[in-house]
Amino acid sequence: MMRDVYLGCLTERMEEDPRVLVLGADLMHSDGTATLQDIFPRRVVNVGVQEAHMVSMAAGLAAVGKIPLAHTFACFHARRSLDQAYISAAYARLPVKLIGTDPGITAAFNGATHMPLEDMGIMRSVPEMIVVEPTDPELLRSLLPQIIYASQPVYMRLYRKEVPAVHPVGTEAVLGRGIVLRDGSDASILASGLMVAEALAAAHALRQQGLQVRVVDMFTLKPLDRRLVYQCAVETGAIVTAENHSVINGLGAAVAETLADLMPVPLERVGVQDRFGEVGSPDFLMQRFHMTAGDIVGAVRRVLGRKRRLT
Amino acid sequence: MLSMEKYQELRTFAHRIRGETLRELGSLGFGHIGGCMSIVEVLAVLYGAVMQVDAADPEWSDRDRLVLSKGHAGPALYAALALRGFFPLEMLQTLNQGGTRLPSHADRCLTPGVDMTTGSLGQGLSAAVGMAWGLRLDGSPSFVYTILGDGECQEGQIWEAVLFAGNAGLGNLIVFIDHNQQQLDGWVQDINPLGELRQKWENFGWHAQDVDGHDTAAIYEAVLSAQAAKGSSSVIVLHTVKGKGCSFAEGETMNHHMRFTQEQMEQALADWEKEGETLL
Ligand SMILES: Cc1ncc(C[n+]2csc(CCOP(=O)(O)OP(=O)(O)O)c2C)c(N)n1
Repeated sequence: MMRDVYLGCLTERMEEDPRVLVLGADLMHSDGTATLQDIFPRRVVNVGVQEAHMVSMAAGLAAVGKIPLAHTFACFHARRSLDQAYISAAYARLPVKLIGTDPGITAAFNGATHMPLEDMGIMRSVPEMIVVEPTDPELLRSLLPQIIYASQPVYMRLYRKEVPAVHPVGTEAVLGRGIVLRDGSDASILASGLMVAEALAAAHALRQQGLQVRVVDMFTLKPLDRRLVYQCAVETGAIVTAENHSVINGLGAAVAETLADLMPVPLERVGVQDRFGEVGSPDFLMQRFHMTAGDIVGAVRRVLGRKRRLT
Repeated sequence: MLSMEKYQELRTFAHRIRGETLRELGSLGFGHIGGCMSIVEVLAVLYGAVMQVDAADPEWSDRDRLVLSKGHAGPALYAALALRGFFPLEMLQTLNQGGTRLPSHADRCLTPGVDMTTGSLGQGLSAAVGMAWGLRLDGSPSFVYTILGDGECQEGQIWEAVLFAGNAGLGNLIVFIDHNQQQLDGWVQDINPLGELRQKWENFGWHAQDVDGHDTAAIYEAVLSAQAAKGSSSVIVLHTVKGKGCSFAEGETMNHHMRFTQEQMEQALADWEKEGETLL
């Protein structure tokens, strides 16, 4: 469970550094931070159902030298307390850490009102904000200290549940740098979150069909690893993005901007196509929103067709 | 005063809403059981005696409206609507299934009879204030009802709406607070206590009452008194028990969103049936 890894790493940090504080807004049994209340009764607080207050208060804590991590569902960080994140944290240059759980379709049975398909995009448009989505336990373990000690505010997406491990044990990830998980020269899939595992499955299926497709984990949406995007464009000449998010303003959009700036090549974007979330199981929603490995395979075929027509 | 027959009818209606809600959630094996069970009686009074609605014409412009501000209790509302004939009872078994018209949080675009989309706590009261104000501008006879959670009352937006509507004196707005003392992470008292709710709302200029939220006759009387307070917005604080009438949920601290076994649900339904016999 990602949640257990998160709590384990966070506990270590809190034991070492008394400045680290945890804030929650009546979802502490959901994200598991309730267990920290017993260990650090003075440094973990449940404010109740009041996200806006929590985020500005976190900024105040940061202003007096604390390192506050504010937790709520990803949808509420992005929508409910955005002005607080923008003004009290980002514009005031106070490095609050916003942890948003249940990203994208993993909100599942909570349905549309709780399904953030725009959170990364919204946070990406906030100056100063670092935007990151650790993909699996290894990445989370490696990135969390960098996130906690970042001198800028950070928005981090956190899956609560079991996710497939895609990075080998001992991976040393660097905030802002993508990781190539599988090499290939025909096309590149730049993926994030849940979609990294789908991208690997797609690359595997395409290998059976004689195609060598590169897979990159782009876990930091901002600052985007533009050098790596450029490299993929130059070396493979075709790119597919895959994200558990709207293709508007998320990874697909960020990659499109980079390609337009540096090296235009054909691009296909897999993700949610400008629509609201829905209630249902994650499997149902992956199908519904065309986010499966099969959909990525289709996108790679389309992008290769466009690449061929260019050459 | 409620006649003895009507009183009996409301108790039976509440009992049926409770049973249908249990079966509906039972089909999934998980859900917001606690906060559904605590609003069953107020739903029975609203849909059984108070609200002017037409199941054959859910969009009727002179209907009374309900905003379920604590939108996670959608399943209880759906049971009440189905029993009132807005859609077939069998539809309750589609709760949360892919493509359903019954999502876990109330959605006005999906479900016949649902007047407002909610789920992000704190917004429903403001929407209800807007409806009441707009209807008053039109000289409409309709009332607007809304149900808040007590945990929900920690949201700042609630108090913005309370200030506004207290000043606006909306005689057609009647708010219920499901004061079951519990929220998601436990007891309101341990997390961020609300103090005396009735007094607080009174200080904001509201007509305010305290009522046993599981006593249909008392709720009905309180609504009549709120309707009579023509110049003010009204609040009725319902003193309730989270999980009321569901044997595996009632009395538990962590009964907000529960996973349960089929056996637990069968037992709960058997207990519910036994409870029904005392109504006869
Ligand atoms: C803005 C917002 N924050 C958080 C949540 C998650 N959430 C859903 S229900 C709930 C607890 C609500 O407690 P209360 O209002 O007392 O409801 P009840 O106990 O009656 O079910 C929380 C925190 C939400 N739906 N909306």
